[in-house]
Amino acid sequence: MATTTGNRLEVLKTYKIYIGGQFPRTESGRYYIATNSKKEKLANVCLSSRKDFRDAVGKARGAFGGWSGRAAFNRGQILYRIAEMLEGRKAQFVDELMKQDSTKAQAEKEVSLCIDRLIYYSGWCDKFQQLFSSVNPVASSHFNFSNPEPMGVIATIAPQGDSLLGLVSVIAPIIAGGNTCVALASNTKPLCAVTFAEVLNSSDLPGGVVNILTGKVAELAPFFADHMDVNATVYCESDATTQKMIKEKSALNVKRVVLYDKVKWNDAGGQSPYFIMDLQEIKTTWHPIENIGGAKAGY
Amino acid sequence: MIATKIIPDFSAPVHIDQVGIEERASRFTKRSIKNESKINGLKLALNMIDLTTLEGKDTQGKVKQLCYKALHLHDTYPGLPTVAAICVYPSMVKTAKIALRDSGVKVASVATAFPSGQSTRDIKIRDTKYAVQNGADEVDMVISRGKFLEGEYNFIFDEIAAIKEACGEARLKVILETGELVTYDKVRKASDIAMYAGADFIKTSTGKISPAATMPVTLVMLEAIRDFYYKTGKKIAMKPAGGISKSKLALHYLVMLNEVLGEDWLNNEWFRFGASSLANDILMQLMKQKTGVYQSADYFSID
Repeated sequence: MATTTGNRLEVLKTYKIYIGGQFPRTESGRYYIATNSKKEKLANVCLSSRKDFRDAVGKARGAFGGWSGRAAFNRGQILYRIAEMLEGRKAQFVDELMKQDSTKAQAEKEVSLCIDRLIYYSGWCDKFQQLFSSVNPVASSHFNFSNPEPMGVIATIAPQGDSLLGLVSVIAPIIAGGNTCVALASNTKPLCAVTFAEVLNSSDLPGGVVNILTGKVAELAPFFADHMDVNATVYCESDATTQKMIKEKSALNVKRVVLYDKVKWNDAGGQSPYFIMDLQEIKTTWHPIENIGGAKAGY
Repeated sequence: MIATKIIPDFSAPVHIDQVGIEERASRFTKRSIKNESKINGLKLALNMIDLTTLEGKDTQGKVKQLCYKALHLHDTYPGLPTVAAICVYPSMVKTAKIALRDSGVKVASVATAFPSGQSTRDIKIRDTKYAVQNGADEVDMVISRGKFLEGEYNFIFDEIAAIKEACGEARLKVILETGELVTYDKVRKASDIAMYAGADFIKTSTGKISPAATMPVTLVMLEAIRDFYYKTGKKIAMKPAGGISKSKLALHYLVMLNEVLGEDWLNNEWFRFGASSLANDILMQLMKQKTGVYQSADYFSID
């Protein structure tokens, strides 16, 4: 894998996982070799274990209070910052996407779309609440209102095909809504995911809000679905057996299961505030008041 | 019982091999404990816990809640042991005693101007007697660290002996507050003084000072207990307290206990964990072993 340019040995990057704001190797010590379609070796990548997932959930849970408690505006600023950092490292992402079989034009388009998507969700951070909240008429002396609140820790199995765009498109609405997440990157195209973790790590995003693992879907999916401290599972492939397994295991603690098997991430349908709402709870508050609507008559 | 008690000269220097102790302690963390032995180890650790609340904001309600927890650790898991004791301030002993009734869970009370120990001997003795009269089965005293660091070893010896006398039937735990003694040499010396002066337990920390219990410091104290046992034939119990909140760490301590003092000490008469959040972590591990599914704190009691 090492190539020489002139008389200098090129320094190759170690692709590690991202847990709690740090870049450990998998606790299992295992790895797999990521290749392109010509079977050329690209990198050794961590083959994460269930214990890495457990650790990541612990970190995501720890980060949830702080992240969900931040002002929505500040979350927007941080998402914008992620986009800025991604812009600055565009060339590296294009290069990695091309190693993973994209053409130059495709790669450039994908990275630009990722940046735009982060900006898009950055804007939504402090706006979706107004759009999806309501004041409800009730027949008693209460001011009654409903508004969305983050669910907690979201376990996400990212799209396997669009390695960078898919990952960004599922993570951005999760964190925009104040949730924290553990994401499993594309198994066959993991390079960008790890580099994206480096972008996250340098953009004011608190450690643990996003955790990124690399490994096998078949091995890890059951744990994504049955961990009691996970509030929702997101799965983006159309494999019916896995979908069924995730639904069954998620029933254990009544996790929400969100399936994005029909979404096309590279067009306009790949972004919407409804992706944020998929992972929100609606909280309704009954606030006692003296009388309704300023009148004695009531409704 | 021993007929003649030879008290060593405490002014003589003690030397503990710091590098050796730390190296040895780290070895205990390398053992692999799985499946059946892990479950048994976790249950044993659970049974050794002194479930503790020592806050200025403690209320009777909080103590009652903790006592309820001691008796009902996790009712969806049948056949669990209870914790060993509840550890509270003297003013809460009566409440705890009533709440625990005849369950077999003991009531331990801190005393002697806990946690600083900065008071007169008279007040410390009255504090102890107050706890015992209210029904405390065990008394956790603190030594006067200031006096110890001044080299007043006889003062410490007499202090412990006096409190032991005030305890009557209650078992006496002597808190060395190792975080304030700093060196292993001093920890070893304080352990020796406490044991010769009549301690039933030696205990690392109050939980109010960092560092609290660590494995090396506990190892120094366990070795002191071993040497004391060889010299006098009398068994002394050990209680590391503070900073042990994960089951894995608790298992490491049990490995250390077994390899230094042996199976005779592997029960809650001779070993305790002073902890408040350890119980929940052990319960979550036990439920993980039973169900095969990683657990969430949402499904366990808060305290």
